[in-house]
Amino acid sequence: MKSEYKILILAFLLATITLLQTSLSARDIIVDKNGNVNSIKKGLRLCQIGDRLIVKKGYYKERDIEINKSVQIIGEDFPVVDAQFKSGLFHIRADGVRIEGLVIKNSAMSFVSEYAGIKIDSAKNCIIKGNKILYNYFGIYIAFGADCIIDSNTIVGRTSKSETTSGNGVHLWYSKNITIINNKISKQRDGIYLEFSENSTIENNISEDNLRYGLHFMFSHRCVYKRNIFRRNVGGVAVMYTKFIHMYNNKFENNWGPASYGLLLKDINDSEIKFNLFHENSTGIYLENSMRVKLEKNNFIDNGWALKIRSNSMDNDFTDNNFIDNTFDVSTGSKHNFNTFRKNYWSKYSGYDLNHDGYGDVPYKPVGLFSAIVENNSPAMILLRSLFIQILEVAEKVVPAITPVKLEDVQPLMRRVK
Amino acid sequence: MNTILKIIKYELRDVIRSKWILIYFAFLFLITEGMFQFSGSSSKVLLSMINIVLILIPIITISYGIIYMYSSREFTEMLLAQPIKRKTLYTGLYSGLALPLSLAYLGGVGIPFIIHGVDESGQFTVLLILLMSGVALSFVFTSLAVLISLSSDDKVKGLGIGIFVWLFMAVVYDGALLFGSYLLSEYPLEKPMLGMTMLNPIDLARVLLMLKFDMSALMGYTGAVFKKFFGSPYGMLLSSGMLMLWIIVPYLIGKRIFVRKDF
Repeated sequence: MKSEYKILILAFLLATITLLQTSLSARDIIVDKNGNVNSIKKGLRLCQIGDRLIVKKGYYKERDIEINKSVQIIGEDFPVVDAQFKSGLFHIRADGVRIEGLVIKNSAMSFVSEYAGIKIDSAKNCIIKGNKILYNYFGIYIAFGADCIIDSNTIVGRTSKSETTSGNGVHLWYSKNITIINNKISKQRDGIYLEFSENSTIENNISEDNLRYGLHFMFSHRCVYKRNIFRRNVGGVAVMYTKFIHMYNNKFENNWGPASYGLLLKDINDSEIKFNLFHENSTGIYLENSMRVKLEKNNFIDNGWALKIRSNSMDNDFTDNNFIDNTFDVSTGSKHNFNTFRKNYWSKYSGYDLNHDGYGDVPYKPVGLFSAIVENNSPAMILLRSLFIQILEVAEKVVPAITPVKLEDVQPLMRRVK
Repeated sequence: MNTILKIIKYELRDVIRSKWILIYFAFLFLITEGMFQFSGSSSKVLLSMINIVLILIPIITISYGIIYMYSSREFTEMLLAQPIKRKTLYTGLYSGLALPLSLAYLGGVGIPFIIHGVDESGQFTVLLILLMSGVALSFVFTSLAVLISLSSDDKVKGLGIGIFVWLFMAVVYDGALLFGSYLLSEYPLEKPMLGMTMLNPIDLARVLLMLKFDMSALMGYTGAVFKKFFGSPYGMLLSSGMLMLWIIVPYLIGKRIFVRKDF
């Protein structure tokens, strides 16, 4: 009887030790199409917390892969995981999960569920790196996540024609401290979408050819956007209802169409937009109900309208910007002006600088007569570049009657800002 | 046919000898070449050339045409004494005027583009439309010039009417259009405006060029309507048909006057 007890205790101890060992030292579990463990789901069942799941090259028809423990899934030579348009793919519910080097494709379209290539649900410290996330409804979907990093992924949506049947490339919902860096996103609905997501950094991404916006956020305060490129998106970039945004060194290019904007600001307050390039957009920046935004050292080149400012936008500050070869520099619906323009360079400025201090001696009025006319009477746009309009513009410059008198740059620069 | 060619040949020699056509050519060439030197990109040159085409070609063509018709009046009368059909003479006179003007334009604007090329292949169609609408405008305003000079024997009066016609089409018409669009701003005006621009050759050429430059995006809904119309084969056919009408109708009226006129 006694010896039996001893053996039992010994066995129990041994078992706990081995268990402890496995959980402390991470193991590598190999998933191979031709091996014992031939699916990711099988591999995940064998995994303990902290293990690495190495996925060998191959074609894995798997979907609804639930990850409930902190593991790393690493692909070798880009194994393909295909949901065959039946449902979603990876579903992360644990902290500290890492997914790297996979091709994740073909999640289903649904009007009920947000089927995604990778969905992170209420998890922290996850890393999604270097994956190719192709033809999914949503690319990466993070809900209630925090401190995650999305790095160097290529996300390509299916070539859907309508906004409703396509999801977003990177979708953030009630998340915090997310870093989205070095990704290339195209052909989704919105390239990057944030809602109620704060303190995030979006850096060095390329978001192009999306069905709606390259970047779209709402109620996402204190985020930083740096060195991103947003081009050829059907709607451009639209950001709404947000405070304390910092946008630096981004490029907004070729967002061209009747309802396209380089950057549409709606209810954006106390933010900074600096060193950005707006090139060949039908509207460079559209400001609606936006207050105390500082716009400095941006380049507006070859846009239809460089700026469209609704009269409910106040106390915005435009300093040291270059306005070069835009069809219209500024357009506004109001005869009043509540914003300041100082020390900008305007390529259309024809004044002089007698004392050679670098500032023109005559104020520049960036709202032309024709842009004021078109604002109230859009069919008149058909007279664009008519000789009659050009004569009127000259007359208006001499004696302003229609354009807002106070909207002017009193110190227009003679040379462009470097 | 042979007689027409002979008259054209003589006129060509005469027009070139007067040097104005060469100055016109040199002027266009220098402007285009100069723009290439200063701006460097062919898209900007194309955009600037719109102004040249739309403003300069009509005024230069109509005033030169009228002046030429009056100054060669005696020669025309001398030819009338010869056994030549009046219709033949008229065709010869007209082509002898319209062809050198068009050629000077094509050369003056086209050669710099041949030298420098266009940046993107997409601009090639824009260049083509630019050249074609310039030639069409040259023909339209030659027709008008011939018609005006035939309908009035007074040189000063003829020139005055010519300049007024140009002023009306280039400036007054657009002013009236703008005024009208304000008066009726409650109504959807896209289609009426479209119809109105079709009636003025300068406006027609301008809108065609604007749409080729993809300015339609700036025009919002209006632009979408225009683009849909002008982009369709039907719209293209109709607008080039309208330009043809602007050439043919004054030409035929002028012919009628010329045939019946008691010189």
